[in-house]
Amino acid sequence: MKIPGLPRITGWHPIATTLILAGAMAAFARFNYGLGATTNLSDEFPWGLWIGFDFLGIGLAASGFTIVAAVNLFHAKEYEPIVRPAILTAFIGYLLVVLVLIIDLGRPDHFWHPLVMWNPHSVMCEISWCLMLYTTVLSLEFAPIVLEKLNIVSPIKWIHAISLPLMIFGVLLSTLHQSSFGSLYLIVPNRLHALWYTPLLPVLFFISCIASGISMVILESLIFARGGRDLLPTPLRANLAKIIAVALAVYVVVRVQDLLTRGALRELTALTYYSLAFYAELLIGFVIPFAMLLMERVRTSRRGLYAATLLVVVGFAFNRMNTAITGLEHYPAQTYFPSLIEVFITLGITAVGFSAFSLIVKHLPIFEPMVAGPRPRKEVVTGRPEPIFISREGGDLESR
Amino acid sequence: MSQKKAMLIDLTLCVGCNACQSACKEENRLPPGEEKYLSLTAYTALDKYNDLYVRRMCQHCDVPTCVSVCPVGALSKTEAGPVAYDAEKCIGCRYCLQACPFHVPKYEWSSTKPRIQKCKFCASRLAKGLQPACAEACPTGATQFGDREELLVEAARRINAEPAKFVHRIYGKDDVGGTSMFYLSPVPFEQLGFDSRMGKTPMPMLTMSALSKVPNVLSVGGVLLGGVWWITNRRAKVQAFEASQKKDPTRPPEDKP
Ligand code: SF4
Ligand code: SF4
Ligand code: SF4
Repeated sequence: MKIPGLPRITGWHPIATTLILAGAMAAFARFNYGLGATTNLSDEFPWGLWIGFDFLGIGLAASGFTIVAAVNLFHAKEYEPIVRPAILTAFIGYLLVVLVLIIDLGRPDHFWHPLVMWNPHSVMCEISWCLMLYTTVLSLEFAPIVLEKLNIVSPIKWIHAISLPLMIFGVLLSTLHQSSFGSLYLIVPNRLHALWYTPLLPVLFFISCIASGISMVILESLIFARGGRDLLPTPLRANLAKIIAVALAVYVVVRVQDLLTRGALRELTALTYYSLAFYAELLIGFVIPFAMLLMERVRTSRRGLYAATLLVVVGFAFNRMNTAITGLEHYPAQTYFPSLIEVFITLGITAVGFSAFSLIVKHLPIFEPMVAGPRPRKEVVTGRPEPIFISREGGDLESR
Repeated sequence: MSQKKAMLIDLTLCVGCNACQSACKEENRLPPGEEKYLSLTAYTALDKYNDLYVRRMCQHCDVPTCVSVCPVGALSKTEAGPVAYDAEKCIGCRYCLQACPFHVPKYEWSSTKPRIQKCKFCASRLAKGLQPACAEACPTGATQFGDREELLVEAARRINAEPAKFVHRIYGKDDVGGTSMFYLSPVPFEQLGFDSRMGKTPMPMLTMSALSKVPNVLSVGGVLLGGVWWITNRRAKVQAFEASQKKDPTRPPEDKP
């Protein structure tokens, strides 16, 4: 089966079905036998692969808020065509993360407690609130796409009326919880390895999520392009690539400067378990793609951009996994490696995400409007209600 | 009972008889035994370093890290000193296990309705005016229960009386902002598995610097983004207007946005 806009992946259906089935079975085991029997988590290592997955999912779903901010707050209207795919990615990403978080909880039946029992001193509490509120914002940003398809007009107008404060709120919430994932570790200076522990964790988490979020946008647009739907012309992609390069540069400077001031650079002089992990992360995810993106040739070539942004995403994954796992291990005495069940649940949920994405792309107007690049400015009066974030004129957000 | 309670553990007096652990297990209906490390069945454990025995247990910190990280307030610092746990609230996020600087809370991993387990400072006994089971059982007075301030005075008195016998430090007096368990030792604490690099600042302060910025991000950020939108939006409108002017010069100028 070929879905317009997505490249065909041979054998995707059987693979996805297998992964989802295996994941469902693993989840069944996890709920029936408890965390101890099914995971490699322990008192010494209470957080593992799933927390890493959450970091990753949220960081990559940063594509949603960065593009919404760029297009609708900074009026970079030429990026409009990618807004809907980005919102869809973010929406699916957040739903999956919430799902994994609930599976990860020792008492999934108590997942709603943070909503009624507050502890303002807890970063975890702040994150729960941000996640919940931002997922609501995303669902409101996504709703018009569904309503449009169903031809239900009135709620679209209603959502449209609040779209500006909604977007601003969404961007603020993202800023908060993207950095708060870093703040989670501020309280373990005695546990997290000096190469990752720094009071600047929230700042570093935020900067890196911008690089990874925009990289995801580029990757997505390249994948769509392979499927025959080029949403962003090359110069626009090249501009995004410049922003990534800036974010990467800022990140590396802040990170190295911080290591320097904390005297942690000496951890890097010997090749250890930790320093190798650090080098891998910094070189793959930050230094090499930065060097690549400096070149005009890379920024304007599909293949070059593909490689560079993929590196950013992989390096980002390294960084989050290092913070969540490697930095907390006591090599070689106490290490953590996820159990098969942990891995299967994670893969299964990822497969659900990809399948949901292709299903939604197939049935909902994600790629409308079809024209790539800045559309001609003209007063369009169509029977179709104006979709919320596909504003044709700069001013229509406030006029309703 | 308005005074904060505490315990003074004098390692020079401990003979390693394990009476505290046995009494604790009995009090909390745990399977009997002699454990070296804290576990689900040992709220207190007796570690051995050469000829010194060291009791471990929840320190019932004054500004407890576990209480500050718990998203639902399942852990709380009570007036009398004990850090209490409410399993009905707990969601099982295990942030407390991750964050406790003393590695105290243990998790019921094998249960499908898991809870945290740790020393309760015998809160129910304290409420009745009794002392904790472990302190009551201790035959040598190595574990002594009392008012926090009085015990601090007593600890200082012991060090001053026999300065050669102790290292001159009351562990827990102000480590991580002070705890309810004070230790006196004849050898440096680092040799006994105590983490002495944690400083005097309570751990929760590390998070507060980040969390206290939340209202600012919301208010200043909101205004900033609103402003950015207003400016860019106006620019776009002006451009649109100018474009339409070119096409249709008859349009009256007072339409200007
Ligand atoms: S020792 Fe750990 S569990 Fe006990 S009160 Fe302090 S932070 Fe909480
Ligand atoms: S595991 Fe329970 S007690 Fe510990 S921080 Fe999470 S909710 Fe609180
Ligand atoms: S205070 Fe009570 S719960 Fe804590 S170690 Fe002593 S006997 Fe056990």
